Amino acid sequence: MTKMAATRDGYGEALLELASNPKVVVLEADLGKSTKSLHFRKAHPERTVSCGIGEQNMLLVGAGLAASGYIPFASTFAIFTERAFEQMRNGVARPNLAVHVCGSHGGTHTGTDGSSAQSIEDLAIYRTLPNVIVMHPSDVVSTKVLTMQLAATVSPSYTRTARNKTPVLYEGRENEIEIGKGIVLKEGSDVAIIACGVMVSQSLEAAEALTAEGINATVVDMHTLKPLDGELVDRLVSSCGAIVTAEDHSVIGGLGGAVAEHLTSNTFAPLERVGVQDRFGESGQADEMLEVMKISAPYIAEAAKRAIARKA
Amino acid sequence: MTSTDELRELARKCRVHIVNMVHRAQAGHPGGSLSEIDLLAALYKTTLRVRPDDPDWDDRDRFILSKGHASPGMYAILAEMGFISVDDLASYRVLGGICQGHVDMKWCPGVDFSAGSLGMGLSFGMGSAIAGRLEGSERQVYVMLGDGEIQEGSVWEAAMAATHHELGNLNVILDRNRIQNDDFCEAQMRMFDIPAKWKAFGWNVKEIDGHNMEEIVDGLNFLQNSNDGPSILIAHTVKGHGVSFMADNPAFHGAAPNDEQYAQAMAELGEVVA
Repeated sequence: MTKMAATRDGYGEALLELASNPKVVVLEADLGKSTKSLHFRKAHPERTVSCGIGEQNMLLVGAGLAASGYIPFASTFAIFTERAFEQMRNGVARPNLAVHVCGSHGGTHTGTDGSSAQSIEDLAIYRTLPNVIVMHPSDVVSTKVLTMQLAATVSPSYTRTARNKTPVLYEGRENEIEIGKGIVLKEGSDVAIIACGVMVSQSLEAAEALTAEGINATVVDMHTLKPLDGELVDRLVSSCGAIVTAEDHSVIGGLGGAVAEHLTSNTFAPLERVGVQDRFGESGQADEMLEVMKISAPYIAEAAKRAIARKA
Repeated sequence: MTSTDELRELARKCRVHIVNMVHRAQAGHPGGSLSEIDLLAALYKTTLRVRPDDPDWDDRDRFILSKGHASPGMYAILAEMGFISVDDLASYRVLGGICQGHVDMKWCPGVDFSAGSLGMGLSFGMGSAIAGRLEGSERQVYVMLGDGEIQEGSVWEAAMAATHHELGNLNVILDRNRIQNDDFCEAQMRMFDIPAKWKAFGWNVKEIDGHNMEEIVDGLNFLQNSNDGPSILIAHTVKGHGVSFMADNPAFHGAAPNDEQYAQAMAELGEVVA
């Protein structure tokens, strides 16, 4: 039985471990129970700042703390970070203040809360901001490791976590995880599937199904969308010659957009983008939503075949 | 101790810099710079614990010009205090210049926050104030807001949070000049009883005449001595104060004087133009 856990718990665990650094502070906007910053609050109330339901204020309180030498971690739902986009743009990214924003409950996988809570554009909008690191880890272990690495960066960041449980992929493999470096989880030479977040395990499933049909796929966990690991994408183009991206996010501007931008400016290969097709979600269970959005493993496998068929 | 006569003379010199800057650039915001400058002169000269030769000193008091478009006023006082040179003022709005159109911490020594988008400075100041408290420092944080600016909803998120966290080291100076970009505030968005609103949010409130140096010095003492929670000094000012044709005139919120107007302004400010 595959071990399951939610990436948001990895964020909560990371904050607790980071607490040994007295400069680390945690900012909340009334969703600490959901984003999992509550564990830090319980252990270190003096270094936890409640901002109430006020995301715009929270991001700039973070900026003020960062400018005074602190390392602020601010979290709320992914969708509500977007309300403070201009604060992130003008008050955090522009002066390059290392405020670390975590948006939990990202994607349609968020489930039954419905479309108002299912952020499908967060990765795209934060990717447009200079200085900002953008990540969407796939499992609880990598979320913890990547969040802890953020404390040593000098740039602001946006990390998307997910509400619901996904397979644990990296137990005992913590050393392989590094901001900005994609991880090759499976090697194949016919097609490369580049995925992030909850879609990484779906892509592994798709690759397994493809093997049964005699197709060997590479699967990459591209947990960092910005800066994109372009060297790895170039290697995949030469080893596989066809690319599929898979994300629980709009096909516009997220991982698919990032890879497409890279391919058009470098060595080109056919690309199929699996993701939310420019539409909003609805209420449904997490696994149901992946079907409704046509982004689950079978759809990734189909996209792989289309990409292979387009090889010159 | 600087006398109020000396403060008035300092403010006059700053007014000359302000008019020079916007005239040279043929752009910028003279009105709000002239309304805030008596407050800035007194704040920098009598109150702020800062080191012009070490602008990044960790334990300095912070000053955040949230109405970041009123940058000529800030650059003028920074030059008079020695953070930057008077020659630097010529770089206002010029490519590569340290005096960016709106104050920017990445470009200009002595600027604590990159403003320009209204409604952000008080939240940033709140973070700065929490940092000071976490470090056990006595340093104070001063944020200057414009009156039009407090129409931004996020200002009130910060106003509510600052009292929740009992930030006695957080202080606001409100430049109540009654004019915003398009027109008088009263026409754009009536704000009714501003002191009552801040009191209702739990702030210590004092009102002064923002062009009367004795009242300004008293008001700054009030901010320094009110440490049981955040405090606000509501300074009643006149937009464009000191230049007759700019005073109380919405046209000079964001417009430069022509050569003729410039000569008149200089004469009114007691400067002889060569």
